Amino acid sequence: MDFPAVSLRAILPAIVILTTAALVLLLDLLPPRERKGHLAVVSLAGVVAALLATTWLWGGESRAFRGMVVLDGYALFLDLVICYAAGLVVLLSMDYLRERGLESGEYYALVLLATVGMMLMASAGDLIVVFLSLELMSLSLYVLAGYFRARLASGEAAMKYFLLGAFATSFFLYGIALVYGSTGTTNLDRIAASASRDSLMMVGVALLLVGFGFKISAVPFHMWAPDVYVGAPTSVTALIATGSKAAAFAALIRVLVTSLRSTQPDWTVLLWGLAAATMTVGNVVAIAQSNLKRMLAYSSVAHVGYMLIGLVAGGVFGTGAVLFYLLVYTFTTAGAFGVVLLLEHAGGEGVSLADYAGRARRHPILALVLSLFLLSLIGIPPFGGFVGKFYLFGAAVRSGYIGLAVIGALNTAVASYYYLRLIVYMYMREPEGVEAVSTPSFAGGLALAVALVGIVVLGVVPTPFIDLAQAAVTPLLR
Amino acid sequence: MESLALLMVFGFAAAVAGALLYIPSLIAPRRETPIKLEPFECGKDPVALPEGRFAIKFATTAIFFIIVDIELMFLWPWAVLYRTLGWFGFAEMLVFLGILMLGFLYIWRKGGLEWD
Repeated sequence: MDFPAVSLRAILPAIVILTTAALVLLLDLLPPRERKGHLAVVSLAGVVAALLATTWLWGGESRAFRGMVVLDGYALFLDLVICYAAGLVVLLSMDYLRERGLESGEYYALVLLATVGMMLMASAGDLIVVFLSLELMSLSLYVLAGYFRARLASGEAAMKYFLLGAFATSFFLYGIALVYGSTGTTNLDRIAASASRDSLMMVGVALLLVGFGFKISAVPFHMWAPDVYVGAPTSVTALIATGSKAAAFAALIRVLVTSLRSTQPDWTVLLWGLAAATMTVGNVVAIAQSNLKRMLAYSSVAHVGYMLIGLVAGGVFGTGAVLFYLLVYTFTTAGAFGVVLLLEHAGGEGVSLADYAGRARRHPILALVLSLFLLSLIGIPPFGGFVGKFYLFGAAVRSGYIGLAVIGALNTAVASYYYLRLIVYMYMREPEGVEAVSTPSFAGGLALAVALVGIVVLGVVPTPFIDLAQAAVTPLLR
Repeated sequence: MESLALLMVFGFAAAVAGALLYIPSLIAPRRETPIKLEPFECGKDPVALPEGRFAIKFATTAIFFIIVDIELMFLWPWAVLYRTLGWFGFAEMLVFLGILMLGFLYIWRKGGLEWD
């Protein structure tokens, strides 16, 4: 009897994380029952081990399970992004959860399981694997969004995320069914070989785009984002905003670029509209927000719009720019949410714009760090955000989408208003009301330091990382 | 007319059903009670929560059952092909059972199997 060749190499980083999740659940059952700090350390060690495994596998390409999983340079690059996101979130969660008395093994296990889903999404070679890993990630995040179960807003966030997420997933599944109906396969490479442009295929592609559009929160599928971001625990918000978006982009790019290449003229038009709408709506609505988490939610919607520009531009330059921007965006957004998390009061208050008036006087270091992250989000040198935007808009101009580049640049100007307004509030307003003293957190500080070093390095010496990103997408575009 | 026979079957079925409804209305006695006039005469209140309220414990127990259920579903074909699969199958099944037993251990230690 012939056994299928099982190559565990192709899923090694995911296995490392999965084993860690199982270990965390097991350790959760053993004493000490009261303190759970060691579980976070174990989770962090697992994420670091996965990072090491990723770098060890670097440069190789392995396929496993009959082409279902592909671990190429592209997947490895995104594994790095996802591991960094997960690591930062675990660091930020440690003291955040302990202060609220909600530390538990389940939290860290769910974060790790969501990370496994994200990694498999990045290395999926089959639409079914995309679907399964998407569900693994989403189901974990639905539960995590409602983790503060005594808080009404948290429950609302989980319910909304679950209902709308399930709805979007059904669109995605229907898209898979129609693409299968048109091509007779769900394997990404074989779809590319037998793809036609019949109406069945077109409707399938459109439905797939709806499903992905929801997960990356592109306008008009972004409606869930603000409510979920506000209601979920801030550490979970950081994970939803960075890791899950990176994973959804990873699968979106792979599906579009490898298997739907023959329909490129059609989805480019759609993505052009999505990009323009996402940037504009995200930025304009963010201006009107007085809640900081809500503002950052709309800001992250706007950043999805910027990244879609790179997909429209296409080619090694456009797609590579998206990957580089994802890396920068992960560090910046996780950092910004990290500062908000450290300054948040125990009951979840203290996240409105008025609460940030005069913050620079009381928390000079945190205010400075937040300002640097905001400057990177605007796209001001020497931070990574500038380089990322430069490459995205540059790729758009190079491919002849000058109109889209102009919309992007105008949007950056609009965005700078609400980012700068927050800095003005922190530095040039008098403090209002009484301030609860936030406890200093070593782990949180470490996370912010890592994120800060990340955006500075990516901004000052971007060339090696750009080269990595472009080398990662080159095999996809062959 | 291939479908003529089919149409005749439909017609005959409709005639028999109609007759069964019509003939009793001519000859059967009618004694109406409120219960008999309910839309679904089956002893249940037609306007109520589907199952009324019941404890969430039943739902969790049902979910725990899946562990045993799935285990059996995979063990059965594995046991049938045990000799063919050899050590490869044995190792794979041990990994599978290990993960499954971790879930069982988790439920047990967290008190999921206690009724109160």
